[in-house]
Amino acid sequence: MTSPLQQKLKVTGPVVVTANRLGDGAVVYRAADGTWTKDLAVAVVVTTTPAALELLAAATTEKVAVVDAYVAPVELTTQQQVLPGNLRERIRSSGPTVALPGQG
Amino acid sequence: MYIYDDFDRTLVQERVREFGDQVSRRLSGELTEEEFKPLRLMNGVYLQLHAYMLRIAIPYGTLSSDQMRMLAHVARRYDRNYGHFTTRQNIQFNWIKLKELPDAMADLARAGLHGMQTSGNCVRNVTTDQWAGVAPDEIEDPRIWAELLRQHLTLHPEFSFLPRKFKVALTAAAHDRAAVKIHDIGLRMHRNGAGETGFEVIVGGGLGRTPFIGKTIKPFLPKRDLLSYVEAIMRTYNQYGRRDNIYKARMKILVHELGAEKFAGEVEEEWQSIKDGPLALDPAVVADIAARFRYPQYELLADNPSELARAREDNRFRLWLDNSVTNHKVAGYAIVTLSLKPEGGPPGDATAAQMDTIAELADRYSHGEIRVGHEQNLALPHVAQRDLPTLWRALDGIGVATPNVNLISDIIACPGLDYCSLANARSIPVAEEITRRFRDLDLARNVGPLHINISGCINACGHHHIGHIGILGVEKNGEEYYQVTLGGRADDSAELGTILGPAVPYAEIADVVEDIATAYLELRARPGELFVDTVQRVGVDPFRERVYAAR
Repeated sequence: MTSPLQQKLKVTGPVVVTANRLGDGAVVYRAADGTWTKDLAVAVVVTTTPAALELLAAATTEKVAVVDAYVAPVELTTQQQVLPGNLRERIRSSGPTVALPGQG
Repeated sequence: MYIYDDFDRTLVQERVREFGDQVSRRLSGELTEEEFKPLRLMNGVYLQLHAYMLRIAIPYGTLSSDQMRMLAHVARRYDRNYGHFTTRQNIQFNWIKLKELPDAMADLARAGLHGMQTSGNCVRNVTTDQWAGVAPDEIEDPRIWAELLRQHLTLHPEFSFLPRKFKVALTAAAHDRAAVKIHDIGLRMHRNGAGETGFEVIVGGGLGRTPFIGKTIKPFLPKRDLLSYVEAIMRTYNQYGRRDNIYKARMKILVHELGAEKFAGEVEEEWQSIKDGPLALDPAVVADIAARFRYPQYELLADNPSELARAREDNRFRLWLDNSVTNHKVAGYAIVTLSLKPEGGPPGDATAAQMDTIAELADRYSHGEIRVGHEQNLALPHVAQRDLPTLWRALDGIGVATPNVNLISDIIACPGLDYCSLANARSIPVAEEITRRFRDLDLARNVGPLHINISGCINACGHHHIGHIGILGVEKNGEEYYQVTLGGRADDSAELGTILGPAVPYAEIADVVEDIATAYLELRARPGELFVDTVQRVGVDPFRERVYAAR
């Protein structure tokens, strides 16, 4: 999966803005109040290219909180639960798909 | 072991202080990410999917037991209790926090370890044979020359901003265990007709998006000219290498586009102007470096001691002995390979607890020395044969005595999409599943030596092009697929593999490997014909028919 940072933005479904936290690299999502959260459930979800660009523009003005912000696809369940939209984002959200050494 | 001096220690400690300051300025916002990124990369710090990754160099694959203990400490204190040994004699930690990196690096520096030039557009860790200094088939210890190159090329101001990364490997053995033909510069030590030792210089090898096997531009280079000739190659690359297109910036592209002959001519012209200058090697300098490689005081021992004969009655020990133990150049000693390829485990990973125990065993049985090979296994290079049974029990107890070295489950793999921000597909679960399919060691031994290399993307960190079976992860419509190549090899007869056919989905890749192994058992001319030789003899078509007939 080509890095989303290298892709041209084309929004065709629900998306969020995600990044890595500067201090520890943790995966975070842009929340409605303009903060960053590790909880995808409280991320702002938008569905159009202009809205995604606006969200991304606001996120990228922050130079210290996070690194490499980009727009990532999500899925909305019938109960409006927010889930990562592809395998890469599932792994970012939940961690490696394999047991970590010594912890399996 | 090589004994570092105050100059080396000061250099590393100064770099740690400098990087600590850079991290502070980044965290405070004084440095932007655009400013900071090249600085962190020059210290081996990447940002991956979930966290920062720190890559630490293990020059020419030689580690002391104290250094291994320090790696265990870093794994435990700053990471998640494990590290990943790579295909370039480095170790990577996957969960390091940026704010803790200066402390981790300061701890590493106390053991002479660092991440300098393990990333970025500079000369990377110089690699060589993991059995250097102890292999019976080598003509001399190649680490002396690797160390000379390391010293010359570390923080070299002219080569700190190359068009792209630059990799050097060398071997001094009859059998190339360092894969020198897939490096930007590969050096093969050999003797000429007059009995003098020198280097065959191979350039322009490399894998990635555009793979090439290196081409020889100097069949014999005298030792005194090593630094000046390497300098001339690098100047030529630095001058003509492309900086406008990252995909065409590696030296292999320059060598390919200019042609090896013209490239060699450019190098020769540059070399003639510098070869008799300050870079001509003074034998006293070489002797000084050689003197700082300390070898154990070996005992006078005979091969095949009685302890070994008795222990061979244990079938499990005998299997391990035959698979993982290699002849040493000193009688009564052996080289022991520690398999980091357990059934169902990620290739190349070791836990902090394993690292600590390996360090302790190295102290007890290998004169405090450990080696790291590009196949992502470790080795204890100085083991008295009489100690092998006791050592085996200890290694078996921590899960690093799987007798699968060089067999189908000894898989080389990159971290893939489970960790890497560049990956298209996962590598580790594919490797784990294949090791489960070949858990029956009778089957694996019947298949014989067979190298599987898996890369999660075209950047080829798992060296899939040169795997006997190469597996490349690709993405198709958001799904993981795997393209298979056959017949690649990294040894003296290095070749790139041939694509078998259309990529197969994740769920089928382990089945495909099983089909290929089954086809090989039917196609081989005799039980001793190696997989890669069978592929060379019959081509890929019979394998293609087998794999795709049912798909």
